[in-house]
Amino acid sequence: MSTLTKQTLSHLDWLEAEAIHILREVAGQCANPVLLFSGGKDSICLLRLAEKAFRPGRFPFPLMHIDTGHNYKEVTDFRDRRAAELGERLIVRSVEDSMARGTVVLKHAGESRNKHQSVTLLEAIEEFGFDACIGGARRDEEKARAKERIMSFRDEFGQWDPKNQRPELWNLYNARSHKGENIRAFPISNWTELDVWQYIQREQLELPSIYFAHTRPVVRKNGLLQPVTELTPAKDGDVVEDVRVRFRTVGDITCTAPVESDADTVEKILAETATTTITERGATRMDDQTSEASMEQRKKEGYF
Amino acid sequence: MSALEHLPEIDNGLLRFLTCGSVDDGKSTLIGRLLFDTKTILADTLNAIEKTSAKRGMSAVDLSLLTDGLQAEREQGITIDVAYRYFSTGRRKYIIADAPGHEQYTRNMVTAASTANLAIILIDARKGVLTQTRRHSYLASLVGIPHLVVAVNKMDLVDYDQAVFERIKGEYLEFAAKLGIRDVRFIPISALEGDMIVDRGERLSWYDGPTLLDILENAPAAHTEQAEDFRFPVQFVCRPQESANPELHDYRGFMGRVESGEVAVGDAVTVLPSGASSRVRKIELGGVALPRAIHEQSVTLLLEDEIDISRGDLIVKSAEAREPVKQIEATVCWLSETPLSPARTYLVRHTTREVKAKLAKIDYRLDVNTLEQEATTGLAMNDIARVTLKLAQPIIADRYTENRATGAFIIIDESTNNTVGAGMIG
Repeated sequence: MSTLTKQTLSHLDWLEAEAIHILREVAGQCANPVLLFSGGKDSICLLRLAEKAFRPGRFPFPLMHIDTGHNYKEVTDFRDRRAAELGERLIVRSVEDSMARGTVVLKHAGESRNKHQSVTLLEAIEEFGFDACIGGARRDEEKARAKERIMSFRDEFGQWDPKNQRPELWNLYNARSHKGENIRAFPISNWTELDVWQYIQREQLELPSIYFAHTRPVVRKNGLLQPVTELTPAKDGDVVEDVRVRFRTVGDITCTAPVESDADTVEKILAETATTTITERGATRMDDQTSEASMEQRKKEGYF
Repeated sequence: MSALEHLPEIDNGLLRFLTCGSVDDGKSTLIGRLLFDTKTILADTLNAIEKTSAKRGMSAVDLSLLTDGLQAEREQGITIDVAYRYFSTGRRKYIIADAPGHEQYTRNMVTAASTANLAIILIDARKGVLTQTRRHSYLASLVGIPHLVVAVNKMDLVDYDQAVFERIKGEYLEFAAKLGIRDVRFIPISALEGDMIVDRGERLSWYDGPTLLDILENAPAAHTEQAEDFRFPVQFVCRPQESANPELHDYRGFMGRVESGEVAVGDAVTVLPSGASSRVRKIELGGVALPRAIHEQSVTLLLEDEIDISRGDLIVKSAEAREPVKQIEATVCWLSETPLSPARTYLVRHTTREVKAKLAKIDYRLDVNTLEQEATTGLAMNDIARVTLKLAQPIIADRYTENRATGAFIIIDESTNNTVGAGMIG
């Protein structure tokens, strides 16, 4: 270390320090926050950051997952086990319960339940009176997210209004809300997919097995690999192939596609991520391909 | 070949910078070029903008489309808000704050500048130094951005003429001196053609300075090279009394981020505003004990004595303590569409502390284009003014020019909870 240059943090240490600061601001400013934990890699990072922020104390918030009922078992099992290991409370609310209540109505039985998570999330926020939801969204994921605040205000209908966001200056976050309104807090806003994998490697974080290369029956459709599962069986005329794949994101089975890969370790995934030519969502999300503005639309409706 | 050989080795930290200029200056093209030439743009994104460029009848790919954000903006062809972009070179990670340059968007520029350590000010080589160049430079210096890079763009449209570049440089230096801007560098570029951005190109051979990316790669990542006083606003107090581990029953951890300076185990510290003193017994991060903590690190401090500390208190080194004050003078930028109401009480958030505040007086409003002071009785959106505020409780006010973290505050309207103003003490 040169004596002339002031010592600064490495980029991962800086991102970690920023995320810890944001988590502590949520805990300090909000009366009843919750951390959204899906068992996916981004929220797995959030849990490690929460440990760094609050241990040896307990987390000042419970964990919650909005389950579409269409998640891979490897992921939901991992979710339950991780919450138990941490000794933190896990709340699971299900889109299927909203369907039973009649608040979610599918256009047809096979429709993806992904966007309907917004309804169940808003119902859970009301049920528990949460004033803030901490999520693992990143600004590099999608262009509607590039303009998202770290503390993002949602009105009592859970809506995000891109034209009416609070200015966010320095690191003076404003997480105030009135009853019924809600703050969405994104501690890893400034992380990229590569940063997430580097952090997973550095912290040696355990992940659900489907993030790593495995052989799975798939059908090639619209440039994506669609997994063949009980929920998404092959249709007449589909050519089913066994392909070595891994998932870059783990969402609802009906709208998340794996990518072809031999990467069966974090190191190999990192190497692939550093040299990939397709964006994370472009390669994997059928729901984002609907239109250029699909994420913006979902966010306005209360989606994460 | 080992898979690890592909890995970027980022060891030069993280640099946050701001780009100022309007679409006409080629700002979006510049950002697109940086992302494109550093290979940050992936095939599917490129594919999408190729399609859009073709649809709009353009022959080449319009890199400015990369920074097109929201549907509403695409429809109107404008940028509504600050957007954040990311790229990494293998040596360093970058966060770009992309602020729109229109006349009315002082608030966005101030917002974007508040977290940046370097600003790129774009000038159209054909137009030279404009009113908006002065405004952007003033705002960048007001918000305390330590390093400015003036990029004279569209050199391709002036035949890469050195004389044009030198003339603009001279014009700029003249008014920069008036603003007291010290660290400013000049570079001729063509964002469209890619000259002097990442690659040098062949048409600017008379310029022997570094490329824009070289400047970014070597700019100091820290906000200041000066030693600063240690400032640690307490965010959260950890008292795990209910823990099954009896050793933790007396644990009192003061959680926060080192906003400036550094602290080591054994240092004498004072808690403000109470004035109680102790010594640092332990510094922890995620259960690991550290001998010291540096600027921007989030840690937990444990002290030798049991003193009453809560969120909003500030821990400082005893030798660097300061008297709390109940009145501050500051430069304020008004951010809200609802004008300031001089009769109302607002909330000021300063570090982790919130106090009620009332306007005592407005000294003057500043015309950001001419830098002239004018008398005023109120403030509207995008106004910048010198004001005096009375506070209901004391705060530890550092001058913004000496400490960006403890010199800054935001103003909140409690009726809407909106952030309506940004202030810099001093």
